[in-house]
Amino acid sequence: MSASEGRPSLARKSGVFRSGEPFIWVTGSGLAVAVLMVFGLLWLVLANGLGFFWPADVHLFALEDGRALAGRVAARERIPDPDAAPGTPERWRIKVKQGNRDLTGEDFVWVDESAVRSRTTPADVVVLERREWGDFYGWVSEVRDGETLLASGREASWKKVVELLPRAREVHEEALRLEKGPIGAVNFEKEKLRLERKKLELEGAAAGSKRNGLDAEERALQAEYDRLFAALQEVRAGVKAVLVLETAGGLTKELPLSQVVRADRVNGMGRLAKAGRYAANVWAFVSEDPRESNTEGGVFPAIFGTVLMVLIMSVVVTPLGVLTAFYLREYAKQGPVVSAVRIAVNNLAGVPSIVYGVFGLGFFIYFVGGSIDRLFYPEALPAPTWGTGGILWASLTLSLLTVPVVIVSAEEGLAAIPRGMREASLALGATKFETMWRVVLPAVMPSILTGLILAMARAAGEVAPLMITGVVKLAPSLPVDGFAPFFHLDRKFMHLGFHIYDVGFQSPNVDAARPMVFTTTILLILIVVALNLTAIVIRGRLRRKLRSSGI
Amino acid sequence: MEAQTMSPPVTVPPLELRTVPGAEGSAPEASPLIELEKFSFWYGEKQALFDIDLKVRERSVTAFIGPSGCGKSTLLRCLNRMNDLIDGVRQEGSLRVAGQDLYAADVDVVSVRKRLGMVFQKSNPFPKSIFENVVYGLRIQGERNKTVLRDACESALRGAALWDEVKDRLDESALALSGGQMQRLCIARALAVEPEVVLMDEPCSALDPIATAKIEELIFALKERFTIVIVTHNMQQAARVSDETGFFMLGKLVEFDRTDVIFTRPKEKMTEDYITGRFG
Repeated sequence: MSASEGRPSLARKSGVFRSGEPFIWVTGSGLAVAVLMVFGLLWLVLANGLGFFWPADVHLFALEDGRALAGRVAARERIPDPDAAPGTPERWRIKVKQGNRDLTGEDFVWVDESAVRSRTTPADVVVLERREWGDFYGWVSEVRDGETLLASGREASWKKVVELLPRAREVHEEALRLEKGPIGAVNFEKEKLRLERKKLELEGAAAGSKRNGLDAEERALQAEYDRLFAALQEVRAGVKAVLVLETAGGLTKELPLSQVVRADRVNGMGRLAKAGRYAANVWAFVSEDPRESNTEGGVFPAIFGTVLMVLIMSVVVTPLGVLTAFYLREYAKQGPVVSAVRIAVNNLAGVPSIVYGVFGLGFFIYFVGGSIDRLFYPEALPAPTWGTGGILWASLTLSLLTVPVVIVSAEEGLAAIPRGMREASLALGATKFETMWRVVLPAVMPSILTGLILAMARAAGEVAPLMITGVVKLAPSLPVDGFAPFFHLDRKFMHLGFHIYDVGFQSPNVDAARPMVFTTTILLILIVVALNLTAIVIRGRLRRKLRSSGI
Repeated sequence: MEAQTMSPPVTVPPLELRTVPGAEGSAPEASPLIELEKFSFWYGEKQALFDIDLKVRERSVTAFIGPSGCGKSTLLRCLNRMNDLIDGVRQEGSLRVAGQDLYAADVDVVSVRKRLGMVFQKSNPFPKSIFENVVYGLRIQGERNKTVLRDACESALRGAALWDEVKDRLDESALALSGGQMQRLCIARALAVEPEVVLMDEPCSALDPIATAKIEELIFALKERFTIVIVTHNMQQAARVSDETGFFMLGKLVEFDRTDVIFTRPKEKMTEDYITGRFG
C-alpha cells in the first residue's frame, strides 16, 4: 500500500473501444463483405454459364391430353396461386426446351407437371445441332439421296447419319475455306479495281491504255471468280443427302445433311462421352463464328476483337501517359498551374465513359477519319473508309479514357524515386535527360506497368463508348487477315462486352441466348485476368531485377 | 589508370614532399587545386555561406567539420555545382578549380561534375547490377568497348577495396550488398570516371564502426591519387583521415589549418569549444 501510494497505476486500463478490438472487427467485416461480393458474382456467373455446354438428357413427355413432347428441362418453378386455400398442395411447372423452332414456332414451352402422364428418356432420341433454326430433337426416319432411299427406319437412318456426317462436315469446311480464301481474295481484288477505276474517273484521266488495262484485269478476275464459284458449287454438291425428320409431336420435315453441324443420341451417352462432348462444345464456343444472330455458335470474333482492341489501346496509352507524367513531374515548374492540370487529369478519370465515346465519334471519326477520307480515299466516297467507326478509333477513344490512370501511377512512381538516385547520376556527369533515360525510367517501369494493368482492366470491360465508335453486333471479317496490309484497323469489330449486351438484351430469342450471356461473361473475365496476369508477371520480373533480396 | 597504378607507388611520398616544401609551416600554399575567395552563397533570400576563403591542396584530404546547418555540406555541393539543381540559388565571390572559375558563364556543368566526383551521405546505388553501377559514368561518356569497361570496373572496384568481395557476382543487383559495401560501391562508381577530386558528404554517417574503418583506410589510400574533400560530423574521423581541417559555424569558416594544429592548438576559442565538446 505504501509503495504504490500516489504513483500512477500500472494496471491495464479497461474500455472496449480503447483496446481497438472493435476496429479489428470493423476492418475484418469490410474485407468479408468485399470477398463475399466477389465470390457471389463469380458463383452466379459460373453456375449459370458452365452448365450451358453440358449435353443434358432429352426427355420425352407424354401429356394427359395425348400430345407428346421431347426436349430438355430448362427450369422448374412453383405456379404462383395467391388465392389457394392453405394446405392445398403446391403445383409446379417446368420449362422445356423443345427446339424445332422452324416447326413449332417457339423454342421453349411451359408444361404443368400435373399434365404430364409419363416422362422417359428414350435412348434413340436424336439431337441435331443445325446451322439454322437451332437444335432439333426427335428422330431421323429416312435418309434419301435425291430419289434413292439410303436408309429407312430410325436405327438404320441414325447409322447412316453417323456414317455420312463427317464427310458432310469436311465438305462444309472445304467450301468455307474456298469462300474465305481464293474467292475472298478475288473479291478483295475486284473492290480494289473498282476503286482504282473510280480514282481514274475522278482524276479525269483519258480513257487510255490505263483504263484498258483495268478492263482486261477485271475480265481476268471475273473469269477467275466464275471458275472458283463453279468449283464451290461442285464442292457443295458433294453432299446431297437429305434427312427426313420426325418430331415427338408427329411433325415431319426434310433437312439437307449439309445443314447439320453435330448429331448425338444424348440419352445413350455415358458420362465420359458427355464430358468429351462438353469439351468439344467449349472449344466450339471459343473458336467458331457466331450463328443465328449470335444466339448460337461461338464468339471467336468477339474474343479476337476484345484482345486486339486492348492491345492497341495499351500501345497507345503507355507512351502517352508516361510522357505526360514525365513532363508534369520532371520538367514542369511545380505551382498552381501544374496542380490544376494534375487535378484536371485526376478528374478526367471520373467523366462518364459515354462522354468519351461521343468525343471519339466527333473528333476521331468525323474530324480525323473524315479528313483522311477526303484526302486519301476520295474514290470510295461517299462510302467512308476511315470516317466511320473502326477498331482503331475505338482503341484511341479508350486510350483517352484510361490515360489518367497511367499518368497518375507513373507520376506516383516518379515521386517515389529517391532524390539520391538522380543526384548520383547527375554527379557522375549525366545530363538530366541521360539520368531520366538510364536511371529514372527503368526504376519507374513497375509503376508504369501497374498503371497499364489498371488501364487494361478498365478498357476490356468498357462497352458504352465502343457502341458509337466501332463495335458491331456481327462483323463480316476480322481486323487482321491474310490480305495486304494484313492489319485493317479501319474495320468494325466485335467485342465480348457488347456481345453480352447484344445477346442478353437485343436477342430475338432471349430464352435460348441467356446462358450465352454468362458464358460470354466468363470468357471476358478470363481474358481480363489473362491480360492482367501477363502484365503482373512482367512487373514481378522487373521488380526482382530492380530490388534486392536482402534489403 | 589500371590496377597497377592504383596500388600506391613507393615514389609518391617523396614526390609529395617535393611539391609541398616545408609543409610543417602554416597551411596550404603552392598550386592549390581548389581555391575559394570571398565565396558567398544564397538559397533564395537566405544566405548560407559568408565570404569563404579556402585553398585545397592537390592529393590531400581536407575535412569540413562543424555543427548541423553550418554550411559545410552546402559548400561541398557548391564545389561540383550540385546546388544548381535547386531553384533560386545564387553565389558571389570566386571558386576556382585548377585555375578555372567554376561559376563562369561558359562552364559546362556536366564536365565539372566529371572532374569533381561525389559520394553521398546515404549510399545511393542504382537499381542495376554491380557492374552497371560502376561503369555508369563511362557509359554516359559514350564508352562502349566491353574490355575497357571491364578493366575500368575492376580497377575502380579494387580502388574502392571492394573487388575481392564482389568479383564473382558483378551481375547481381547492387542493392543486395551490405550498407558498407554499397557505400564503397558508390565510391568505386565515382572513381571509375577518373575524377580529379572526390567530394565526400558524410560518407560514413550511416555505417557501423567496422565499415567506417574500412572507408577511412580507403580514403587514406585514395589520397595518393585523388584530392579528397570530406564533410564529417565525426571529429575523430576528421582527425584520423585528414591533412587539413576547416571548422564551420553558421555559414562562416571559423578556422582552417593543418589538422594537427586544429585538434591540438586551435587559434579560435570557438573551435576549441567545439572540438572538446564544450559547445552550447
